[in-house]
Amino acid sequence: MEFWRVPLDADTIQVSLGIVHILEDRCKGCGYCIEYCPKQALEFSTKFNQKGYHPPVVIKPDECVNCHYCEIICPEFAIFSVECPQTTKPGQAETNHAI
Amino acid sequence: MQEIPMTSKKQPQHPLDDLIRTDRIPHIWCPGCGIGTVFSACLAALKASGINLQKTVMVSGIGCSGRAAGYVKLDSFHTTHGRAIPFATGLKLANPELNLVVFSGDGDLFAIGGNHFIHAARRNMDMTVICVNNLNYGMTGGQVAATTPYMAKSTTTPAGNPELPFNLPLMAYACGATYVARWTMLHIRDLTDSITEALCKKGFSFIEALSPCPVNYGRRNKQKPLDMLKLYQEKAIIKNHADPSTLDIDFEKGIILGKFIDLDRPTFIEHYDKIYRPSRLQENVPELNS
Repeated sequence: MEFWRVPLDADTIQVSLGIVHILEDRCKGCGYCIEYCPKQALEFSTKFNQKGYHPPVVIKPDECVNCHYCEIICPEFAIFSVECPQTTKPGQAETNHAI
Repeated sequence: MQEIPMTSKKQPQHPLDDLIRTDRIPHIWCPGCGIGTVFSACLAALKASGINLQKTVMVSGIGCSGRAAGYVKLDSFHTTHGRAIPFATGLKLANPELNLVVFSGDGDLFAIGGNHFIHAARRNMDMTVICVNNLNYGMTGGQVAATTPYMAKSTTTPAGNPELPFNLPLMAYACGATYVARWTMLHIRDLTDSITEALCKKGFSFIEALSPCPVNYGRRNKQKPLDMLKLYQEKAIIKNHADPSTLDIDFEKGIILGKFIDLDRPTFIEHYDKIYRPSRLQENVPELNS
């Protein structure tokens, strides 16, 4: 993530990592999740679902920070994210303090 | 690209799947319609509020958003046109333990059901009314509604709407609602928090949620669903406790969002019990007994 000014406690903050699940056959291809993903981790898939829409596909699985915005903006209950069990990102301080 | 371990064995469960009738999903709402988002915010709020969902009833009227009652896995009523609030009033009076959520559209609540809204707010019936405002009669083909903005195009006003729309929060406040808020379907977290707060609050709570109608309103006003969301993003002015008379929907000058009214007033049932059912009062509302 790029900061205008790096927060003083940036190395103690643990950035959570999410796994995005997509229920493809519920999707109607409105693209809200793709447009409003803060990490631009989603994209329209080239394949069709059962109903003939292009569901989203995760292009940057490592970027998801589990913010759940795709989950709450989806009108179709078709996408959600869960916290990844491995909670630290590579390169981040191993001494993560409990917040 | 890292493969995502999901579609392997079992279909994963959406966190709200326990509150929706999954056999009816995908729902009928068009691609890009905001009702689904408002509906999911409502379900998330029902979960977050911690109220007893066994004693919660969702009531909705006719229209696109009226379908919500059919998708929620709680007790629900899909009522006649405009009569969601009277049904909810009846439910509440017959069984005061119930939590009532009225989920309906602007046409249903404010055009055909306008009178019922006014009187339920005046009596301060203990219920939460969520109005999905898509600015037109979406289900019947995009006719001009009581909430269509001035000069907006619709099937029945092809050159622009000559009428001025309702200012819904002002109307709710003037009629006596004790909680009034307005958000758009883009401000989901605020919307969810507002609905949670309204559910936990006694008295008549009203939440207006602006939502795009890409097929009927957007198409005639040259707005793609994403343009509509961008418009919400650009034009939204968040101003809690704003004066309700300044809350007209005018996309030129910006739409004011926020929580406007949060009052405490005795509900209808409390007044009724005091006069007609004093025996119930002893157990329920000690403060009015003095």
